[in-house]
Amino acid sequence: MVILRNKLRSFSAARYAGLAGFIVLAAWLGYGQTTNSCLDCHSALPDPLGVSQEKFSQDIHAQEGLACASCHGGDPTSDDPDKAMSRKAGWKRKIDRKQIPQLCGTCHSDPAYIRQFNPSLRTDQLDQYRTSVHGKRFAAGDTKVAVCTDCHSVHDLRAASDPRSTVNPVNVANTCARCHSDAEYMKGYSIPTDQFAKYSTSVHHQALAVRGDLSAPTCTTCHGNHGAAPPGVDKVQNVCSSCHLFQAQMYEKSSHKAAFQAASLPGCVVCHSNHGIRHPTDAYLGTGPDAVCMRCHTPGDRCDQARAGLQSGLNRLDEAIKGADQVLGVAESSGMEVSEARLRQDQARDSLTKARVTIHSFRTDLVDQDIQAGLKIAAKNLQAGKQAMIERNHRRVGLGVSLIAIGMVLAGLWLYTKKIES
Amino acid sequence: MSPLGNVRNWLDQRLGWDDLIAPLRKKAVPLHKLSYWYFLGGITLFLFVIQVLTGILLLLYYRPGANEAFESVQYIMTQVQFGWLIRSIHSWSANLMIFTAFAHMFSVLFLKAYRKPRELTWVSGMILLFLVMGFGFSGYLLPWNTLAFFATKVGTEIAGQVPVIGKPVMIFLRGGEEVTGATLTRFFGFHVAVLPGLATLLVLLHLLLVQHLGISMPPKLEVEWTANPSAKREMKFFPNFSLRELMAWYVALGALGALAAVFPWNLGVKADPFVSAPAGIKPEWYFLFMFQTLKLIPPKVWFIDGEVLGVLVFGLIGLLWLLLPFFESDQPSYMKRWITGLSVFALAYVLGMSVYGYLAK
Repeated sequence: MVILRNKLRSFSAARYAGLAGFIVLAAWLGYGQTTNSCLDCHSALPDPLGVSQEKFSQDIHAQEGLACASCHGGDPTSDDPDKAMSRKAGWKRKIDRKQIPQLCGTCHSDPAYIRQFNPSLRTDQLDQYRTSVHGKRFAAGDTKVAVCTDCHSVHDLRAASDPRSTVNPVNVANTCARCHSDAEYMKGYSIPTDQFAKYSTSVHHQALAVRGDLSAPTCTTCHGNHGAAPPGVDKVQNVCSSCHLFQAQMYEKSSHKAAFQAASLPGCVVCHSNHGIRHPTDAYLGTGPDAVCMRCHTPGDRCDQARAGLQSGLNRLDEAIKGADQVLGVAESSGMEVSEARLRQDQARDSLTKARVTIHSFRTDLVDQDIQAGLKIAAKNLQAGKQAMIERNHRRVGLGVSLIAIGMVLAGLWLYTKKIES
Repeated sequence: MSPLGNVRNWLDQRLGWDDLIAPLRKKAVPLHKLSYWYFLGGITLFLFVIQVLTGILLLLYYRPGANEAFESVQYIMTQVQFGWLIRSIHSWSANLMIFTAFAHMFSVLFLKAYRKPRELTWVSGMILLFLVMGFGFSGYLLPWNTLAFFATKVGTEIAGQVPVIGKPVMIFLRGGEEVTGATLTRFFGFHVAVLPGLATLLVLLHLLLVQHLGISMPPKLEVEWTANPSAKREMKFFPNFSLRELMAWYVALGALGALAAVFPWNLGVKADPFVSAPAGIKPEWYFLFMFQTLKLIPPKVWFIDGEVLGVLVFGLIGLLWLLLPFFESDQPSYMKRWITGLSVFALAYVLGMSVYGYLAK
């Protein structure tokens, strides 16, 4: 009996230990879990009411611990839909489009609140939005214009740094194009809808989408994001100069600035266009189909002569660099060491690039300085290449003489061997 | 007496010259249809001497150090009178020497010259072959160009795969965790002091053994000539064979000159540790068969890391190859045929894998 009691005692001890363990495990698993009964129903509902658990879990707000009730109000702890979505519990129904900017601004315009999650995140988006074309029209009652959720999406909103985000630099153009390329949607706004099509052919798109250069411009780089607006005819160069600083500095001092301003022409855009901007070539200075100068200037006038001089200077330097490259290439493929000259070729190329930048001053004397500097380097490199080829030929002659000498010694040795063996 | 005779007489009185060269006068080389393979050892020795001489000349201008090495080689190639020739000959001769050393090893293998009593000649020759590969590996880094930098990085990483001792060996070779200027100065030390010292001693030992034991002949011929001594055909080493060897050296010299003049050794681009490795980087051709094999081994073989397994297997094969003569018995046996079969397979494998490695992307 004692033995049985002892056995039972050990059984109860084990049972209590197991129960305690289960409670600890359950408490541990439950710790930190926030009840969100909304998704219990809405994950099963079809669109537009449906929001799957998977979709919402991708949302940066959900990841930061916010739930449906943070925007929509209500009581997410109640399993009863009537109680959960009651006015008493503060339920706001589907957020009215007119209220979206203000609702987002409740948190995103509060520096103290935002600082808890991301101290470096700006809190002036709503203020900027109010200055934008979108915001002004919105304030005037046009609800077709973009509000926060149109660009950032909703319920699966990701950080802009996330490549899957609709506002990540690589996706921004597509996001803007959803409205701005839709001719039907944009009817009544009297702005073109071919910006995206043109941008897709541009050097900027090539850099961003093809080369993956995230510093390359997309729509928001020039127009702003929350404060999006056209830069204005007389302010275009300020936009371009944020990247193309030297060109802008040259243009600022040039005679063209005043002329363009007087004619209300949009600075850089006059020659380079805007959305469909192509990689500039020296043919811009020519008289062919790509020529830009001759769109305004008259053939034979003083400016046309200056243009011809500039184009000829650039062509001369370009040809000189190519010529030196060709000779150095042959020397290099012959095994000659011409790496120093090759390195100097980069300096000549830099001079050509500098001359092309200096074109924006529209001053032949300044451009000529860069061209002359480049020509001097290219000539030195060409000479180095020619010298290397002369040296290569000397080596081959030397080799021939050495081989003849070696051949003669070999013949002598062979004859001597035959002699002593006979 | 002629002036030459006077000098000889003078040396003989002081050094016992005639006694010194007497063994050379007696030395004979067997004459048969495969005799030309005997030239390979001499050509390898000639190329070694070329390496020593051109190496000393390069030392006059070469500066070890991450900031100076590349520039000093560039200076040698462009500014120093005939610097391009010396450097190109050094590089071409290094490659030819490794080729002739391999060819010499396989010729010894197929002619069965490693048999008793020449086991130590084989062992010293094999160690010399390993040293020559060490020369190649250490010398390749010295110009401090991109290819050399990354080849050394990969090569030392492979050495680091050896269990237990791998990591310390890698750190010892690199002079730290990464390939840096410290690796360069260390490799320079190996290349111009440690390896030449060891190689010179081993070359002397190898030559001494060759001189002492005489030139081996193929087993079949040995049996024939023992049974019928009148059929034996020999050539005196001095002067007959030596003159032919000298002619072979002149041919090698001509080939070296032609290669150096027509295809000067490329310097490449200065190493930059912060850029990524060039795509499809490969080691020098003499390491290619091992590199390609390591690439083909799956990441995991049973529970062992594939690369570790590969390194261990190559280490074991190298050790067994070194000790090969000790697996050969005196009597004709199955083992003899097995070793010949293995040699044919090894040659085919090294050639096949090298070509595959060269062509593979």
